[in-house]
Amino acid sequence: MDLRVSLVPGLLDLKNPVLSAAGTFGSGLEYMPYGDIAQLGGIITNGLTLRPCMGSPMPRMAETPAGLLSSVGTQNAGVEYFIREVLPQLPWRDVPIIPNLNANFVDDFSELAGILAAEEGVAALEVNLSCHNDNRSGQRFNQNTVTAARAVSAVKRAAGNKPVIAKLTPQIMDIVEVARAVEAAGADAISCIGKVQGLAVNVRERRAMLGNITGGLSGPAVKPLALRCVWQISHAVDIPVIGVGGIRSALDVLEFLMVGAHAVSVGSASFSDPETIFRIVQELPAMCEEYGISDIGEFRSSMKG
Amino acid sequence: MITPIRAELTVTDNVPFGQPVSTPEGERRFYALTLERPEWRSWQPGQFIMLRPLSCEESVWARPMSICRVTSQSLVLFIRVIGPGTDRFSRLKSGDKVIAWGPLGTGFEMRPGTPTLLLARGVGIAPFAGYADMHPDTSSLAMLFGHALPSSSYPIDAMAARMEVESLHDRTPEELEEFHRVMRLRMEEYKERDGICLACGPMPFLKKVWKVANELDLPTQLLLEERMACGTGACLGCSTITSKHWPDPVKAGLPVQTCTSGPVFWARELDLEASIPARRS
Repeated sequence: MDLRVSLVPGLLDLKNPVLSAAGTFGSGLEYMPYGDIAQLGGIITNGLTLRPCMGSPMPRMAETPAGLLSSVGTQNAGVEYFIREVLPQLPWRDVPIIPNLNANFVDDFSELAGILAAEEGVAALEVNLSCHNDNRSGQRFNQNTVTAARAVSAVKRAAGNKPVIAKLTPQIMDIVEVARAVEAAGADAISCIGKVQGLAVNVRERRAMLGNITGGLSGPAVKPLALRCVWQISHAVDIPVIGVGGIRSALDVLEFLMVGAHAVSVGSASFSDPETIFRIVQELPAMCEEYGISDIGEFRSSMKG
Repeated sequence: MITPIRAELTVTDNVPFGQPVSTPEGERRFYALTLERPEWRSWQPGQFIMLRPLSCEESVWARPMSICRVTSQSLVLFIRVIGPGTDRFSRLKSGDKVIAWGPLGTGFEMRPGTPTLLLARGVGIAPFAGYADMHPDTSSLAMLFGHALPSSSYPIDAMAARMEVESLHDRTPEELEEFHRVMRLRMEEYKERDGICLACGPMPFLKKVWKVANELDLPTQLLLEERMACGTGACLGCSTITSKHWPDPVKAGLPVQTCTSGPVFWARELDLEASIPARRS
């Protein structure tokens, strides 16, 4: 069965609609013992910043019902380290490598995008719009249409012909409005949803479970929220949508495609079983067959009203 | 580098270890969980696996577990029930299936002929059972073991059959102080004998060992236990901060993942007093 998906024809063509989600698959190298990462639709890497970043205080992870609350704070060794040490080891000729960009200033987004776009091994860029905007008292970029568009437009200008994916969270007044704004600013695709802020506590110790107090919720608990956002956005914009949130199986992938996603990213399910994403890719053709799907393009957005 | 594998394994046995003990923090229970042996080519004591019951829909996470022993037929884990994850493990029965990936991370230094001091507190004793199994010359090993609960809760007998074990209660502040005094004394002795020291246990204990080891310049390895989601280096949940002695100068003073750069570290290469400041989230 032909599972190929073109997010940006000629520039971002995937052999199947299953990517790894930022922050859950490392750079991809971490999962090489568990499967052939070149067989994935794409690899969206852990978040990168211009300079090395220490990340959040420990502890950073807490298990919650059907989910994971985490605050990692984009710990990474910086973009130069990624380009020098990591990218050359990745099979970038065989699978699109999509770095996830994090910055607190529009200019930093722009500089980061310029550095990464110059690399042959980078297929596209994903902009994390949940970052705090230090030009606006730390308000998140995606909290209003103007700053979201400004960040995307800066990345787009610096990215040359590399496609730009805007990653949105639903923690804003109207995700559809922000989706329209980033489309108008030149985004080639939208991925949603990013994590939703939450809090987990330990009553005995009278403490928050995370060193940073609050963290982002991911996992199966957020899947209905993600499906709703993908459905709303895919009907409001003309660019492709990558669905993210609680995907654990090939059937979950079909759910996201049915509500309008062109592709999906598998997130924290890779933590609970390192084979998850490889198994999903392997099982997807049989799952399509089981549900009478012969063309995933035709199946997309087939949910009846 | 030992390449980890992911496997579905069958539980062959799961027996309570000692009697449940009531503490102000709740009941403490221990289990020896035996799984069929994974098809590992090799492993090193100090390494760990990520473990998750196969049929556990509500459980999103696996848990990191130190490898206690590996025999020709079995992989044995020593489990202390401390939360919902380990409680799920305690309820596993013979015939149940689990998902496990490993062996993961770094192992303990093994130097036959070199006097080697094993320092353990509580369940930190677990990896040393396998260490004693694998060590070609157990006459060079000795252990100092601190425990707050009755010694019957821990596999001390298996250790005592192989080496000299000094076992101390460390439940009260006075007992703990005495344990720390003896610990320092032993570390000084091993420094004089050109020995090495290996330690495993809770973080406050490891911080003490780390301080003394650096002060005495005694080659010491610490096995760190951190909350982990993936065990592969991807989730960045188990970071620890390196010192200026970290072998890769680019990462000196920066966080590294305990699951892949550790869990066994040389004490001098870490800065256990460093912390990462909180940021908005």
